[in-house]
Amino acid sequence: MEQLLNILNELHPDVDFESREDLIDEGILDSLDIVTLITEINDAFDVSIPAEEIIPENFNSAAAIWALIEKLDEA
Amino acid sequence: MLFTSYEFLLFAALLLVGYYLFPRAWQWRLLLVASLVFYWLAGPRYLIFLLLTASSTYAVGRWMDANLRAQETTLTEQRQAWEKEQRKSFKAREKKKRFRMLLLGLIFNFGMLAVLKYTGFAVHNVNRLLHAFGAENTLNIPSLLLPMGISFYTFQSMSYLIDVYREKVSAERHPLKFLLFVSYFPQLVQGPISRYADLGPQLTAGHAFSSRNVRWGLERVLWGYFKKLVIADRALIVIKALLDEPASYRGMYVLMMILLYTVQIYADFTGGIDITVGLSEAMGIRLTENFNRPFLSRSTKEYWNRWHITMGTWFTDYVFYPLSVCKPMQRLSKFSRQHFGNAVGKRIPVYLATVATWFLTGLWHGAGWNFIVWGLLNCLVILVSQECVPLYTRFYRRFPRLNESAVWHGVQAARTVLLMGVIRTLDCYRDVPLTFRLWGSMFTTFNYGDLFNGAVLDLGLGRADWILLLIATAVMFAVSLWGIREPVRAKLDRHPTAEASAVALVFLLIMIFGAYGIGFDASQFIYNQF
Amino acid sequence: MEVAVKKRILSGVCATVAVIVIWQLLTALMTPKYMTSIPEGALIAEYYEETSPHQVLFVGDCEVYENFSPITLWEEYGITSYIRGSAQQLIWQSYYLLDEMLRRESPEAVVFNVLSVKYGTPQNEAYNRMSIDGMRWSSSKWGAVQASMTEEEDAITYLFPLLRYHSRWNELSGEDITYLFRRDRVGYNGYLMQTGVRPVTSQPPWVPLEDYTVPQTCMDYLDKMREICEHYGVELILIKAPSIYPLWYEEWDAQIAAYAEAHGLAYYNFLAMSEEIGIDWERDTYDAGLHLNVWGAEKLSTYFGKLLTEKHGLTSQKNDAVLSGIWAEKCAAYAAEKANAVSPY
Repeated sequence: MEQLLNILNELHPDVDFESREDLIDEGILDSLDIVTLITEINDAFDVSIPAEEIIPENFNSAAAIWALIEKLDEA
Repeated sequence: MLFTSYEFLLFAALLLVGYYLFPRAWQWRLLLVASLVFYWLAGPRYLIFLLLTASSTYAVGRWMDANLRAQETTLTEQRQAWEKEQRKSFKAREKKKRFRMLLLGLIFNFGMLAVLKYTGFAVHNVNRLLHAFGAENTLNIPSLLLPMGISFYTFQSMSYLIDVYREKVSAERHPLKFLLFVSYFPQLVQGPISRYADLGPQLTAGHAFSSRNVRWGLERVLWGYFKKLVIADRALIVIKALLDEPASYRGMYVLMMILLYTVQIYADFTGGIDITVGLSEAMGIRLTENFNRPFLSRSTKEYWNRWHITMGTWFTDYVFYPLSVCKPMQRLSKFSRQHFGNAVGKRIPVYLATVATWFLTGLWHGAGWNFIVWGLLNCLVILVSQECVPLYTRFYRRFPRLNESAVWHGVQAARTVLLMGVIRTLDCYRDVPLTFRLWGSMFTTFNYGDLFNGAVLDLGLGRADWILLLIATAVMFAVSLWGIREPVRAKLDRHPTAEASAVALVFLLIMIFGAYGIGFDASQFIYNQF
Repeated sequence: MEVAVKKRILSGVCATVAVIVIWQLLTALMTPKYMTSIPEGALIAEYYEETSPHQVLFVGDCEVYENFSPITLWEEYGITSYIRGSAQQLIWQSYYLLDEMLRRESPEAVVFNVLSVKYGTPQNEAYNRMSIDGMRWSSSKWGAVQASMTEEEDAITYLFPLLRYHSRWNELSGEDITYLFRRDRVGYNGYLMQTGVRPVTSQPPWVPLEDYTVPQTCMDYLDKMREICEHYGVELILIKAPSIYPLWYEEWDAQIAAYAEAHGLAYYNFLAMSEEIGIDWERDTYDAGLHLNVWGAEKLSTYFGKLLTEKHGLTSQKNDAVLSGIWAEKCAAYAAEKANAVSPY
């Protein structure tokens, strides 16, 4: 989780990722950010997030992203 | 049948009356018949291609659905017998089967689109290559018919197919209900490109008569006609005059073209969408919005989130994301990270996918190099400004109050609109080198005096028409801004007298000042050709 | 809630009424008035001002409304007549105007000028409007609209002329206000007086045509015209006015003559008789041979009146006091306008 927050903060230092739950809905993460993020996550956690998982529910908060990573790691 | 023809008005009026006279369970059948008649009138032969897309997509969708069900049944039956690994590999195998079917559906339908829309362009380019290598014989450019709205309905159908594959929606079982989703006529000519999850169930559900839906819907239709007839078709007269001999209208005329075409395409396209969405709303069907005041965008990236939204999200969801996160791309990223450093490695997927997406977006707009260059220029602007983000951050740190200032936002919006307008002229001038030269002429040909010496009155509009065009454009934007917090129709809804007066006034204004009928060239919606 | 619905309905009704009223006003405002220029556009509507019946009805194009003078026919022979003609009036337009008039009155003879048999298809939107806009609403008008429309036209614009003329908002002039609800008279029983003089200087060049056959559509309308006259018991007389331009081909003349012969109709080609009529091509035309001026028209009317009296049994109505009163007014107005002209004689 901490590693994920580091990645997110590097992307947007001005955003408080721990509390926000509207990262997609409010347009804080745009499509370019998402792809950069996924690339970093794939690299850092050795998972591979497929395109069909790129839906707002999975990316609206750091917690949701973390849940996605864990789900993919299990499968 | 153009939206601006008397036939269409009659057609829509009859449909609307019939829609609410029909039993609710039959409303969708009426819509289907109306859609097929609409398409039939555009060209009976086009119908074949529409039916091919609808039936192939339906079949593949059903197959994938059946396969998924069978997979679940097997898994349940084998719950005890199979190990986790066994279940996993079975699932993967079945998914691969579905993927192959998906691929088949995609190749067939995009293949049809490619052949019909792009063969001419491809052959033309091959000929140029042959010519460059000294060949004397060239290939004949085949003349293929381009079915109306093929880009729109193909994209909509393929989004359905991918969504079924991704298990976001389950396949439609009723073939005729599915045909309605593909052929729903109001959005056939120029979008929006709807998703099955949003539109499918709404189309086939029954809708009780609601005065509010009908009033709001028709009010939006009326406003669409105002934009289209009073503004867009009037501006189009000058645009056509300028395009008659583009090379001789340099300097100031290029700037005029940029601004006029910006206004024209905005009024035409959003007006057309207003008619589509409004008519649907009058039948209780809510379509996805395609615009969100794009002229307020502070950056190109934002602009593309506000202009032709359904096309943008289509490319994002079905091209940009899959391409950027696919395994080969991620492997390439990893490889680059090891060899060229972190900075390069993490940019690889974004950059390659962005370029590919914009190349395809350009190609989608038309079979021509001008459209491809247009797409790539958009891409360039987006990527350059992405790289400039640290610069902006520093800039705003120094002028912290600027970011809050409305004036600064206005400056940014004006800059974005102008930039988009400049790039967009590629799609009217058509010829790429000529467009570049004309852009240059804005700084080298100082004929700005023509604005005041009466020369602009020779472009098809007299003084009164120019003034009318300016006022109507200002009104259009003012109304758009007025509706930001609360839709204008909601404001009017509370004051029946004001509502009735506004409708009557707009109707009469369109009747008098609309650029329709003999003396004005009836024009096709610009997006019809895509 | 109940009140809100009532208010909504009331507002809707009021707005609809307002739109209809304003629409009518706008239509009156935007419709061309044809008063200060192109007066021939105002001819068709003038027919409805007539208060007395006519013995002879003329239908046709400019070759009737500028070449025949009903005033002369009255003054010299006591024949009452009316010309229902407009610029480049096509044969189906003449037919539908005749159809309309025969339902309103019972003349003794109908005179049709045959020049328009050269056009088998709709020609010109502006001329269509001039022939049709002036008609009142009837099945005849609808027929004329359907038969006349060019490809770019929509029938609905005849039902709601504002849809056609709305673009005149930026060219409205004082004329449109002055004649918002009224019109001046421009013709004398459909005759448009021309007082200029421009001698004939040349003959139209003979240009070979691909096909000299009169279009079948025209022959069909000629049949319909003949049948409707038979139906109402009215004699149909075919004429070709003495206009040098445009060229009236001998082949066409032969076909019309044969048609008249076959159906027992009179056909007079006045072009061939112009010497006998006494037309002086130096002085009796105002546009070098396309149309006659008032002096030429009077000569032609004198000649034709004689034919009508002697061969077609028309009798003088001068002993009818009411008619005489009505016509005396018309003659006075006619004389006053003619008095302003500079006579070539």
